[in-house]
Amino acid sequence: MKAGWLRAAGPLLGLLCVWSLFALTAGSKFMSWSNQELMLLQTAVVGTAAVGATWIIVSGGIDLSVGANIALSSMVGAWLLRDGHGFVVAASGSIATGAAVGWLIGALVVGHLVRALLTAATAALLRYAAHAIGVGEPWAAMVGAAGGAGTWWAMRRLPWRLPLSPFIVTLGLWGALRGLAKGLGGQQPIYFEADDTLRAVMQPGPLLPPGVWVMLGTAAIAALLLKRSVFGRHTVALGSSRDTARLCGVDLGRTELSVYVLGCGCAGIAAVMQTSFLSMGDPMTGQGYELKAIAAAVIGGASLTGGEGAIFGTLLGALIMTVVDNGCTKLELDNWVQEVVTGAIIVGAVALDRWRQSRAS
Amino acid sequence: MSPVASSSAGRAGGGGPRLSVRGLKKRFGPTQALGGVDLEVRAGEVHALVGENGAGKSTLLKALAGVHAPDEGEMRLEGVRHAPRDPAAARAAGLAIIHQELALAPHLTIAENLFLGREPRRGLLVDRRAMAERARAALATVGREQLDPQRLVATLPPADRQLVEIARALAQDVRVLVLDEPTSSLTQQDVDPLLQRLRALAASGVAVVYVSHVFEELFAVADRYTVLRDGRTVTSGAMSDIDHDGLVAAMVGREIGDMYRRSDVVPGLPRDEVLAIEDVSGRALPIGASLSLRRGEVLGLAGLVGAGRTELLRCVFGLDEVRSGRVRIAGLERVGTPRERVGTPRASWAAGVGMLSEDRKHEGLMLQRSLADNLWLPCLSRRARGGFVSSRGLERDAVAWLERLGVKARGPGQAARELSGGNQQKVALARLLAAECDVLLLDEPTRGVDVGAKAELYARIDELAHRDGRAVLVVSSYLPELLGLCDRVAVVSRGRLLPPRPIAGLGEHALLTAMTTGVFAGGAA
Repeated sequence: MKAGWLRAAGPLLGLLCVWSLFALTAGSKFMSWSNQELMLLQTAVVGTAAVGATWIIVSGGIDLSVGANIALSSMVGAWLLRDGHGFVVAASGSIATGAAVGWLIGALVVGHLVRALLTAATAALLRYAAHAIGVGEPWAAMVGAAGGAGTWWAMRRLPWRLPLSPFIVTLGLWGALRGLAKGLGGQQPIYFEADDTLRAVMQPGPLLPPGVWVMLGTAAIAALLLKRSVFGRHTVALGSSRDTARLCGVDLGRTELSVYVLGCGCAGIAAVMQTSFLSMGDPMTGQGYELKAIAAAVIGGASLTGGEGAIFGTLLGALIMTVVDNGCTKLELDNWVQEVVTGAIIVGAVALDRWRQSRAS
Repeated sequence: MSPVASSSAGRAGGGGPRLSVRGLKKRFGPTQALGGVDLEVRAGEVHALVGENGAGKSTLLKALAGVHAPDEGEMRLEGVRHAPRDPAAARAAGLAIIHQELALAPHLTIAENLFLGREPRRGLLVDRRAMAERARAALATVGREQLDPQRLVATLPPADRQLVEIARALAQDVRVLVLDEPTSSLTQQDVDPLLQRLRALAASGVAVVYVSHVFEELFAVADRYTVLRDGRTVTSGAMSDIDHDGLVAAMVGREIGDMYRRSDVVPGLPRDEVLAIEDVSGRALPIGASLSLRRGEVLGLAGLVGAGRTELLRCVFGLDEVRSGRVRIAGLERVGTPRERVGTPRASWAAGVGMLSEDRKHEGLMLQRSLADNLWLPCLSRRARGGFVSSRGLERDAVAWLERLGVKARGPGQAARELSGGNQQKVALARLLAAECDVLLLDEPTRGVDVGAKAELYARIDELAHRDGRAVLVVSSYLPELLGLCDRVAVVSRGRLLPPRPIAGLGEHALLTAMTTGVFAGGAA
């Protein structure tokens, strides 16, 4: 417990430093309450996705497809809205898409290539068949999902295993998901009639925009799960030493699969916010978010070799990057300056963390 | 300290010692790692450096290698002040250290490894032919000229890797060669040739410092010894003037009465069979192994490395696949075919079977996690309420187990990597107790553990079996340990398991013969 707070102290100090620097140089333009609110809002999408990325990194994995996943999930939500569905269906669709992508990544990483392909094929076929007999969305998609789940379960004793590295799997999906997102809209963005609930997600409310609360809530649940739940402890064990976890009876396959489903589910939540922010579904959105999410996790104290990471540290890391972006804009500095500064902060934060660790041991 | 007539004293040119260390001190924060170390190594001798874990051997080696700069004291190499800034500087001065963990690049060939960083060149390119020739010459210095220099190091057995590493050190001008536990990954068969090599090296004028916990090796190879205890040199002298017990007493600072303890089984303990292995074969090893284990007994598995001892344990535990045969574990609900019920480590823990891995650093422990995390990992689900565990509760309950095994640590929240090897091993063993295992599968439980901690581990294992009535299956490469600890010993030879024999009437010689030939020579049935 104590160690966790100490680890969060570094990023918190960093955030205060960066914030104070801009407060001194940019003055009231930067310091206004509405700008604080804006910065929190600007953090919400990447911050939520970064919570999921942290979970994946702690387990010893990596997800390079976060940005493309956000685009695809956002397109699915926009597509549902265009077809006249309400906010609840659209948001559920986005989150389910994100989680489904996570399931696919997890299945491939764990080694269920054949099982995953057959499952996906069954789901697609069933959905197509449901359409053919006149079942509308989202019911057809649900029929497909149920059929897929059944196939997945029926093949649980399939002996073939071909574990793949998450780096490679998500590098492939980084391109493939973006392609799917474009295909869904026929290379075009999907426009829909404005939905009041959706718009409110990213609008300044009486206290803070709901999207910011969603980010904080997601982080709080993730932090609690990671620290206290059996599943969370198994995730940490998996990232610390895979062999030890296996020896101690941790179900590696189930844990890893769940990690990716939850982690990418966070990207689905982020996609809902992105759709609200843009008021449309844009297949080209979220480019580079995967690296921002990883950077936030690393600034927050996560180790890319696994086993270490702090959910709230990640949020602070994401905030640091937003403050730099926003502050540089307020100072009317060119875009390239903030890019250089952000890059320097990432390397600096990790160097600082290593230095601290080497002194401690 | 009178000059000692060692077998090669005449070759110690230059008069003074090859390496001398005087009053070396080093402090890390609150701990005084070295509190005054003296060491004198002569040219042409093999010098045994002994001490318990934590006595300061590794800190001393790191100071010699230039990893840590000492706070006080002086090191001299051939009379010249030796204060290397980094390992490369120490190497350039003629001091080479071969570490317990081998430092070879597995994906490069033997030749590439031998000349890594100083490849013979022709223009911009590596002169492969010259390199191969020089590699052959270098391999000849360790008596392995038959190895193909173009072979990948990853394909070499551990013994040859060890020799390649020594050859690499020798390929440069080396004045002092330090070996840190060089035999920890070798079998008895490979140890003797290595020791002969070291004797020959010393005879050629190199000063060899030999760090080991295995006394038999020290007496076989060393001319003189230095004992460290609590960061100080406590004594040194000629090997011929000291015996096994004297060395142990110097290391521990007290007499260890009897290393091994084998109590009688407490009367009235149930002695039912808890584990039965019937004709079990794995992927390659073991081949058709059968065994029965009862409560209240310690059953040893002897065999050469690679004979299939570890594989047998892993098959029983569910880490390796069981291709055919049956593993039955006590209790009705635990009976089944291996694939179904005993097929995973998870099911094994649930059935009351726990395993201690031989690879403590990679498989045994999560080094950067806390002791409590390590201790409770197999039983988190059991301890959870509604899927959640209380980390405070875990730490609180860990204390009793850690104390019971005598783990020396600041507290249950300390990271495992900060503990000495012996204490780490006790944590790994405590895990099996905390999980309330009835059947303990221990793979090399005392590897890399110092004498004092070994005696404690033996006592704990004895208690577990003979007082608490648990069943223990222990694999060890150290025969005196098996003979001292076990009630019965079974020999594994080339994948086949010979029927276990009671310890009475068994000797090291008989075991060794059975390990290498697969049959017991004569003797009792």
